[in-house]
Amino acid sequence: MRTDESAFGRRLMDAVPHVVLILGVLIFAFPIYITLIGSTWDAGTIARGNLPLTPGGEMLDNYARAWNETRGDRIIHTPVRIMMMNSLIMALVIALGKIAISIISAYAVAFFRFPLRMVFFWMIFITLMLPVEVRIIPTYEVVANMGLIDTYAGLTIPLIASATATLLFRQFFLTIPDELVEAAKIDGAGALRFFVDVVLPLSRTNIAALFVILFIYGWNQYLWPLLVTNSGDMETVVIGITKMIGNGEAATDWDLIMATTVLAMLPPVAVVVLMQRWFVKGLVDSEK
Amino acid sequence: MATVDLNRVRKSYGAVEAIKGIDIAVADGEFLVLLGPSGCGKSTLLRMVAGLESITGGEIAIGGRVVNGLEPKDRDIAMVFQNYALYPHMSVFDNMAYGLKIRGVPKAEIQARVAKAAEILELGRFLDRRPSQLSGGQRQRVAMGRAIVREPAAFLFDEPLSNLDAKLRTQMRVEIKRLQDRLGVTSLYVTHDQVEAMTLADRILVMNHGVAEQVGTPLEVYQRPASLFVAGFIGSPPMNVLDAHVEADGRTLALPCGAALPLPHPQPALNGREVKLGIRPEHVAVSADGALSVTVDLVEALGADTVVYGRLPNGEALLVRMAGLPVCREGETLRLDAPPPALHLFDGATGRRLED
Repeated sequence: MRTDESAFGRRLMDAVPHVVLILGVLIFAFPIYITLIGSTWDAGTIARGNLPLTPGGEMLDNYARAWNETRGDRIIHTPVRIMMMNSLIMALVIALGKIAISIISAYAVAFFRFPLRMVFFWMIFITLMLPVEVRIIPTYEVVANMGLIDTYAGLTIPLIASATATLLFRQFFLTIPDELVEAAKIDGAGALRFFVDVVLPLSRTNIAALFVILFIYGWNQYLWPLLVTNSGDMETVVIGITKMIGNGEAATDWDLIMATTVLAMLPPVAVVVLMQRWFVKGLVDSEK
Repeated sequence: MATVDLNRVRKSYGAVEAIKGIDIAVADGEFLVLLGPSGCGKSTLLRMVAGLESITGGEIAIGGRVVNGLEPKDRDIAMVFQNYALYPHMSVFDNMAYGLKIRGVPKAEIQARVAKAAEILELGRFLDRRPSQLSGGQRQRVAMGRAIVREPAAFLFDEPLSNLDAKLRTQMRVEIKRLQDRLGVTSLYVTHDQVEAMTLADRILVMNHGVAEQVGTPLEVYQRPASLFVAGFIGSPPMNVLDAHVEADGRTLALPCGAALPLPHPQPALNGREVKLGIRPEHVAVSADGALSVTVDLVEALGADTVVYGRLPNGEALLVRMAGLPVCREGETLRLDAPPPALHLFDGATGRRLED
């Protein structure tokens, strides 16, 4: 009898975490499911407030109209393909720019002894306390004066400097043994050679992990694009979605918004799925 | 092929003097071991030769050319590090070839040189592997291969065997010895392991607190240690050091324990003086009419030989190492003798050897 009881107890202990986790997944997944379903019904059905939980028949029509057209039933919007392209450019430039700038500054701070090295390090460190939102008004002023409103440069450059990525790279560089640096010196590799031949290849997984994080960071930018883009041609998809919400329920093409939302989710999901192996590796170990 | 000359080489970190003026001329093809306890400055000295540490004072010349102001890459040296310092993302071949690639050596020659080094070191099967797929001994061989392919004027070894286990260390020690005999490249080798030093070196430079205590062949250093420090550092177990008084007649040494030993050779200057007497544990012999009487405290039987921890009548410790299996037991009294040639006399104040 005892063995039966303990077997039952063990099965219960297996079941409880599963139940909790499945519940969690359902709670997280449900809104996404609703969005998916919503994108397959017409605006009227959604607006009436009793959206069915099964797919409707308007899917292709909704996605095609959101992707290509400027006129919905009730409002005018920028075609999603333009907004997606803007978002893609912005996210890529921000992610790659952040990685490029921060890996170089981290290299300088970690490997070279120069006057005021720690001063520079702390200056970078302190900017962690100044996120975009805090410095947004002066930044806007500068960007506006430089005539960068409604340009990709204005959209991306102010977001490229990254203390977080610099610090992450610095921490990683500090784990590269001094003797490796010295061996390279004796082999005759200068600072640039060492960077290209040794540091970059060793940082691959870290770069991949950061790319995933920073791409999603760039893709999801809201406040800054809202300020620096005026024309519809420069709108990013995150901005576009909010602009598509008109005044009140009746004036909104919910079916198109749902379709746009689903489309807007795809690139970040793709990046995560494609780079998952590298991403996990970069966060977990530092290949040595 | 080159000589390495150190001329009054000094190194300071702020007010702290780490190397206090080292002079040594390493001959072409010579294997010099820098031996000393950790913190004695031996690694610093090697790194100064390599160009990884700046030189505070004095001159270092490799192949007759003063290298003080030269970058490591221009000094024509190759270095083997304790933790191998292989590039983890490169194959064994690329690790060995990297230095040559940077120097713009033609591809065909790189191929040939790496292949030759790989053959010498029996690494041929591993050329495509990553360092992480190799054992410690193989990694160290790759590190040596990287040094060999460069065909440098001098090899610098910085405790290359310290990360290996005891068995592998012995094996690699023999390999390094063979390699150096075969290649005949001037080598500087840093270690704290006296066995490595004794077996590998043509000459040993014993260092302590940034000073060269003694330079000599392994046997010179063993047979005629120049100071109490060298006497205690070389030899295992370490040399016994006892207080002694040279009698006024200049013929006998009186020990505080009451024993009297004949002075190895008359030194009139010492008559009536206090000295330090060094006796190696392996030079003490059991003898029925021996001058020294010890009580046995502890017996360590090592198989091939036996170490006896004895105590003289006045309480001073005396280590004895005898060949073979134990001939005494704890608590017994042994009579021991130390023949005159086995006695080393040192100045109690300076620690230097008192020479005839």
